[in-house]
Amino acid sequence: MNQNSENKILSTPNSQFLIPNSILLLYTLQIADNALIIGHRISEWCGHGPILEQDIAATNIALDHLGQARSLYQYAAEQFNALPAEDKMKMFSSTTLQAKLTANENIDEDDLAYLRDGWDFHNVLLVEQNNKDWAYTVVRSFFYDAFNFFFYSALLNSADTTFAAIAEKSLKEVTYHLRWSSEWMIRLGDGTEESHQRMQDAVDYLWSYTGEMTTANETDKTAFASGIGADLAAIKTAWKEKVSAVINESSLAMPKDAWMQHGGKDGSHTEHLGYILAEMQFMQRAYPNMEW
Amino acid sequence: MTVDSLQEHFDDKVKREVTIEPRDWMPDDYRKTLLRQISQHAHSEIVGMLPEGNWITRAPNLRRKAVLLAKVQDEAGHGLYLYSAAETLGSSRDEMMEQLHSGKAKYSSIFNYPSLTWADMGAIGWLVDGAAIMNQVPLCRASYGPYARAMVRVCKEESFHQRQGFEIMLTLSNGTEVQKKLAQDALNRWWWPSIMMFGPPDDNSPNTEQSMRWRIKRISNDELRQRFIDVTVEQAKILGLTPPDKDLKWNEATGHYDFGAINWDEFWNVVKGNGPCNKERLEARKKAWEEGEWVREAALAYSKKRSERNNKISAKAA
Ligand SMILES: [Fe+2]
Ligand SMILES: [Fe+2]
Repeated sequence: MNQNSENKILSTPNSQFLIPNSILLLYTLQIADNALIIGHRISEWCGHGPILEQDIAATNIALDHLGQARSLYQYAAEQFNALPAEDKMKMFSSTTLQAKLTANENIDEDDLAYLRDGWDFHNVLLVEQNNKDWAYTVVRSFFYDAFNFFFYSALLNSADTTFAAIAEKSLKEVTYHLRWSSEWMIRLGDGTEESHQRMQDAVDYLWSYTGEMTTANETDKTAFASGIGADLAAIKTAWKEKVSAVINESSLAMPKDAWMQHGGKDGSHTEHLGYILAEMQFMQRAYPNMEW
Repeated sequence: MTVDSLQEHFDDKVKREVTIEPRDWMPDDYRKTLLRQISQHAHSEIVGMLPEGNWITRAPNLRRKAVLLAKVQDEAGHGLYLYSAAETLGSSRDEMMEQLHSGKAKYSSIFNYPSLTWADMGAIGWLVDGAAIMNQVPLCRASYGPYARAMVRVCKEESFHQRQGFEIMLTLSNGTEVQKKLAQDALNRWWWPSIMMFGPPDDNSPNTEQSMRWRIKRISNDELRQRFIDVTVEQAKILGLTPPDKDLKWNEATGHYDFGAINWDEFWNVVKGNGPCNKERLEARKKAWEEGEWVREAALAYSKKRSERNNKISAKAA
């Protein structure tokens, strides 16, 4: 086996970076799964929004996330299909996916979204939390959008040209998402007594799910070290600054530093993900191997 | 001008196909009829989001999910155009919502049928959006300007929806046995309700004549229904599916398809609230509205606060 099939070699003007293929794939899935799952959650509002104009805006945002997820899954599928057969078999444990591999089939974006089991999903816990009400939805989006903004900004400089291209395309959308959720943070935080209370509850509740985004797991560390991934330590500082500025302007209280939940990026999720997947994957699981 | 001469002027405009605009004088009944029709139409768009919204989280692949999301979003946009058109007649959106929730205002009965399988996303696009286009294309020339202009925008998107729905059906009917079964089952369930979308037969449609005179309506219910059937039967052939009507057959003499008796008893019952999903649909709309109340209140309170603050700042500056 030559180096090329094991590692993706990325050239930059100065140097060559090495990242094991399986790590690059995991990193891609982390980003893709975040986009898919938050998009899915936001799409649950479609037809049920508090204001017709916001029903439309939320759906737009869901569509952006879904679009990002698709680009990333397409890239991930391409990487996966190029792996040596024995590596492929080790990657995901879903029997439906394994059957495809045994039949020597290539996989695509839909196989990744619809046929992986929960423990092979790498999204952060924050994005799978349920909508509850408009306040929880706005706060969840805001925490995530603020992260995503700095994350995609960093990815612009990725040594991986596909990531850089996806980041460039996504950054416009993400910038708008952050503006949208920041405005709602302020509007509702500084609206009525009731809206203020609901927002504070949501901020406090979701706070413990924010740390995971900017805490590097092994995948993040390798991706960063190889010049492909973002520097999460730097993003952590920028994220906190942005978040406290908006929370301040919303006349909400910034939560105290506390214990943070972790695990999503490594496949250990909250109870919510199982239900999301049961619903989302139903068709592909019930009627496998069909064109839709 | 006297009322008589105002009426004459109005009649003359309608006759000459000059659109009536919000500031123009119009007969009270004309305003009322339009307001009822446009708000009912707007409500239909919004309630119509529910049966399809039901499958967004279960769409079978990522492309279909994106297309369905965008489609349901379009319907929200249609609702928005139409509520705006209705507002030009002097009703507020809150008032119209209140009428929807109290059951005073109606919406298209078709949305009181359940969407049970993925194939319903195909059948709804193909048949329901298809029937909507038949109904709505003539409305692009309705005598009331804001309504006609809203319909132009709506119709463009509806024909897109119709094609997407047909394409879902085509994929299913080219698929496996179970997919063909899904497609046929959806056609069986949506066929008759779609045909009823054109409303009661002409001899039992009391408002038609006046609406035709006002040029709000251009083509009668039965004529639109026949057009729809003629076109759709041919499309069903392409799909290899059979509409659930054993009396359906081509009539050489009339140049149209003959079709079986429509169950008007069912139609009127669904209108009255006895359809399979009337309660659920209304409940879902009310829930969204009630749970959104604090959001709307807060947004209003915030914008008031902000304009007060801005006033203070500009007062200081001055
Ligand atoms: Fe529509
Ligand atoms: Fe439509």
